[in-house]
Amino acid sequence: MIGARAVVEAFTKEKVEYVFGLPGGACLPLFDALYDAKFKVILVRHEQGAVHMAEGYARSTGKAGVVVVTSGPGATNTVTGIADAYMDSIPLVVITGQVKSFLIGNDAFQEADVTGITRPITKYNYLVKNVNDLPRVIKEAFYLATHGRPGPVLIDFPSDISLAELDFHYPDTVNIRGFKPKVEGHPGQIKRAAKLITESKRPVIYTGGGVIISGAAKELLELVEKTKAPCTNTLMGLGGVPGTHPLFMGMLGMHGTVYANRAVNECDLLIAVGARFDDRVTGDLKKFAPHAKIIHVDVDPSAIAKNVKVDVPIVGDVKQVLQELNKIVEPGDTKDWVLQIEKWKQENPLRYTDDSTGVRPQYAIQKLCEILGSDAIVTTDVGQHQMWAAQYYKLSGPNQFLTSGGLGTMGYGFPAAIGAQFAFPHKTVLCISGDGSIQMNIQEMATAVVNKLPVKIAIINNNYLGMVRQWQEKFYNHRYSSSEMSGNPDFVKLAEAYGGAGIRVDKKADVEKAIRWSQTITDRPCIIDFAVTEEENVYPMIPSGKSFDEIIDMA
Amino acid sequence: MAVHDTTPVQEIILSVLVENRSGVLSQVVGLFSARGFNIDSLAVGETEDPTMSRITLVSHGDKRTLEQIKKQLNKLIDVIKVQDLTEEECIDRELVLAKLKASPALKEALAGLARHYKIHVVEENSKIICLECTETRENRKKIFEKFKEFGIVEIAQTGAVALSKKPPKE
Repeated sequence: MIGARAVVEAFTKEKVEYVFGLPGGACLPLFDALYDAKFKVILVRHEQGAVHMAEGYARSTGKAGVVVVTSGPGATNTVTGIADAYMDSIPLVVITGQVKSFLIGNDAFQEADVTGITRPITKYNYLVKNVNDLPRVIKEAFYLATHGRPGPVLIDFPSDISLAELDFHYPDTVNIRGFKPKVEGHPGQIKRAAKLITESKRPVIYTGGGVIISGAAKELLELVEKTKAPCTNTLMGLGGVPGTHPLFMGMLGMHGTVYANRAVNECDLLIAVGARFDDRVTGDLKKFAPHAKIIHVDVDPSAIAKNVKVDVPIVGDVKQVLQELNKIVEPGDTKDWVLQIEKWKQENPLRYTDDSTGVRPQYAIQKLCEILGSDAIVTTDVGQHQMWAAQYYKLSGPNQFLTSGGLGTMGYGFPAAIGAQFAFPHKTVLCISGDGSIQMNIQEMATAVVNKLPVKIAIINNNYLGMVRQWQEKFYNHRYSSSEMSGNPDFVKLAEAYGGAGIRVDKKADVEKAIRWSQTITDRPCIIDFAVTEEENVYPMIPSGKSFDEIIDMA
Repeated sequence: MAVHDTTPVQEIILSVLVENRSGVLSQVVGLFSARGFNIDSLAVGETEDPTMSRITLVSHGDKRTLEQIKKQLNKLIDVIKVQDLTEEECIDRELVLAKLKASPALKEALAGLARHYKIHVVEENSKIICLECTETRENRKKIFEKFKEFGIVEIAQTGAVALSKKPPKE
């Protein structure tokens, strides 16, 4: 069997359902072998799209997403997607074609030092120089991508190696002596955590993407309900508890709710679960949770005590740690605290000034949620619409909110929605995007049309790079330097040109009708282009590097 | 609460056991530059097991930074073990080759230095004297100051290599 064929065999053993990619010279042998594969190979229109599709697939299913592209430019086009997956801990296996092994280093046609380029943005990467290593390398790649803190693993695969003969034996196990992630939390530390929770009068549970990744939403809900401790999610952690749960305070951080941020500011115990104290969450670290002891649960030891001092560190898989914690934890007396937060919710609810005729972005998103439902899979791009989606689209569970949290990649949302729709053909998949973001991977309309995917794309179209404009308004004296998107296309015609459907909405009265119309489109992608209030801002807002004291509730 | 208090800058010697593969050194060095850590010196060599190399790495930083260095190194897949030699008794050595301007004063001084330090002449003529010195980091710094007095023509130094004094586990 040749190397290329061995890759297909290995993918089959790994129960791969979809490969996202685009062929080129150095991976022609591999694509030739993929021609006979039992799993589906999805041709994308740009390699960045392939990686985001694989991410969308991975985040909605919890399985590794798989990408195959060619060498040189094919590989470098995957870099943004790989960096995105690395920041958000998304399991991917990316195979990049490479020039013939004996040409490496000779500046050959379409050669790039891909293992060098991707070393800081992959969990691990390989350059396969001997075809006999291939089965072990692929086995290890899937294992590394999905175990411990997940992440992208890249295999650089020279074309002569893909044609070389090997005796194919796929290993059953892996043994990597430098990779032994700790999954069980230390029982003594879990006991200490339980004691602190019982003693606490004002606890807050602050959870991130780790809860989603480890599949611990059920355990988290149990902890919240058992301890009656109010809970807030990071952007990555949304869906960790149902968006409508009475003890849920919404998102915290820069654009979090006033009451979630106030609760963190006043709490005496902060229980951080699968979250990493990112600067968009904490603002000024010195003033973050100033009265609180901190319990921090994370599978990655380096995430603990990186940004803040921790009183009870627990290294382990979130799901396992929460299971153990739930067994022993006794609820404290949080009655007054919960009432207090309830009062804060009444005082400073999440709100916006509605319009009688025009379309407010928040209104459009609320209507999308109301009509498409809390069970939909929602992807976003990056910017104002992303924050409004996080605030106003209330989801029922985990693996439903797919957003680029760490890297903040514009262009992520639409291909991620395509990947999720492949994984869940019968679910409603909605991409909430902006007029800036959508144009960064609009070419994947073709991929969605060819595969008859009914992905819905809601463009919150304010004719600006809205978040940039908001910062320019607030901090740069209204000097809108390069943030106005003049020259936007007619998105309806654009959708139709690709063979998709589209509708433009510029009146409040038409919002509902348009969303309901989009539900009738079931065999192709559909753009709803919401022409929204141009200078609407995202509130609440804690300016970068500031603390809760400086929160702006509304303009 | 919350933030780490700033602690004084300390030195750290790490003994890092890694897979003996191409690209590993680049991973380690890349980690230091990407996260803004310092490398004071670094020495690599194969171990008794040819599949493993030992990196001796000297760095400095406050307590939090040093903790992060250890954790981030441990996170690398090709890192098998990170040992903090600052936390235990260890032996450390550096090798210096120095080319100095030959002079009667230097010859006299060398006789004295050789009594205190592991230093000897490896090459000598009317113009230059080449010295080899294998010493602890601390002594190496002192010797370096002495050499400066006599005019260094050229100098080459390895980074520190170090081993723990701990006996093997029975």
